[in-house]
Amino acid sequence: MRPFAYERATDVRSAVAACVAGTADGAGAVYLGGGTNLVDLMRLGVVSPGVLVDITRLPFDEIEETAGGGLLIGAGVRNSDLAAHPLVRRRYPMLAQSVVAGASGQIRNMATVGGNLLQRTRCSYFQDVSKPCNKRVPGSGCPARKGDHRNLAVIGQSEACVATHPSDMAVPLAALGAVVHIAGPGGSRQVPMPGFHRLPGDAPERDTVLEPGDLVTAVEVPPLPFATRSRYRKVRDRASFAFAVVSVAAALDLEDGMVRDCRIALGGVAHIPWRAERAESALRGSPATEAAFAQAAAEELAGTTPLPHNAFKVPLARNVVVRTLLDLVEAP
Amino acid sequence: MNGEGNSGPVFADPITADILLSVNGDERPITVDTRETLLDTLREHLDLIGAKKGCDHGQCGACTVLVDGRRVKSCLTLTVTVDDREITTVEGLAVDGALHPMQAAFVERDAFQCGYCTPGQLCSAVAMVREVADGWPSAVTADVSGPAALDDDEIRERMSGNLCRCGAYVNIVAAIKQVGS
Repeated sequence: MRPFAYERATDVRSAVAACVAGTADGAGAVYLGGGTNLVDLMRLGVVSPGVLVDITRLPFDEIEETAGGGLLIGAGVRNSDLAAHPLVRRRYPMLAQSVVAGASGQIRNMATVGGNLLQRTRCSYFQDVSKPCNKRVPGSGCPARKGDHRNLAVIGQSEACVATHPSDMAVPLAALGAVVHIAGPGGSRQVPMPGFHRLPGDAPERDTVLEPGDLVTAVEVPPLPFATRSRYRKVRDRASFAFAVVSVAAALDLEDGMVRDCRIALGGVAHIPWRAERAESALRGSPATEAAFAQAAAEELAGTTPLPHNAFKVPLARNVVVRTLLDLVEAP
Repeated sequence: MNGEGNSGPVFADPITADILLSVNGDERPITVDTRETLLDTLREHLDLIGAKKGCDHGQCGACTVLVDGRRVKSCLTLTVTVDDREITTVEGLAVDGALHPMQAAFVERDAFQCGYCTPGQLCSAVAMVREVADGWPSAVTADVSGPAALDDDEIRERMSGNLCRCGAYVNIVAAIKQVGS
């Protein structure tokens, strides 16, 4: 691992300044949250910052109610605390479920909300510095297309990159239209999800719309009363402590057997947490039946372009959407 | 000739920090390389070899210790970040020579074979029982808005960050259940 300077930020302004400054020899600075992904990537040689700016002592560890009945979640809130929070569990069950579906107890105690959004793909080529990877070394190529891509994207990918975003938590956040609060060298701004993460296009090295020095300070979850009827369902290769093959976050607003409104997002299928807007619009005003759910899922997945070894994800995603929506209809 | 022909990256000199670590109630002043993980500091510099290095990537749980009472992976924790935290390793679980109830239960229930994962299992289990008591949900909690019971499924799910290659899981679950109920 490359030696790095360690700076502990005491306020946002100094954190951003330290990150922008980097090092005299041009090596970049990065923010350190829980470190569960970053420290591992540094050990693997995937990331080699010259300065580590520790932001875990910044006052971003609170969850506050917003005026409209939503939640403002500090970027430094640990995953465990997010999942255990009474309002998260009561108002947004799918959000709490997604967090406890991810990683392990120890990792959730370390990992932060901001870091969870910013974790890197677990594509094996990205993590192996002996292999080409357009995300790690732009222009070096992508061996995944003809190699190991069983766990990679089936929708929205590009010639340059077929990586998936690994976060569980980001999936319900995309469904909820959460807003990412950012402090940067030029001031503060807010970016709604979807829209925070990027499709790979021809610049897969950029996972998000963040610019150098930008610091995620909070994630705001808007009020959504019908999200009390919501669920996160994750399919993985073993029962626990594994990334999603496919996952679904869904919320249903039902009236007299009809879908008045709904929110659906998919994980494990794209470079971003995939908001299923086509399925949502197909379902609004339709009967809450298995046939309607299957039709809506099929419309969403009509645009998929799977590779030979991950084509199974398309019917899997369709079935998981249908089953999750049916579970929500049957829920008390 | 030094360094010539070496195709690896050329690194600058290590950067160190002087910190005060609180481990098992003892204050330990120490100079650490900023790259050093808590696991390496404990084992290589503080002679606390209870926490084990298994995968060194956060996947096996053999390195589990408590930081401010919470279970974490010491292999993914940079030592320089925990200078004013309370660190508890497996060596700190026993009080005045008496085994912690979780340690006693592991002995009674034969919850290990080779023992390599055991320090991590113990630290993890001690903190996990407290997480359940605090009402934290898990992925197998049927109603995420309510409390969870410490049944076998809950224990297995909540301990999934600790691998045991001898496969002592059945007895580990029994030991934890005995302490938690």
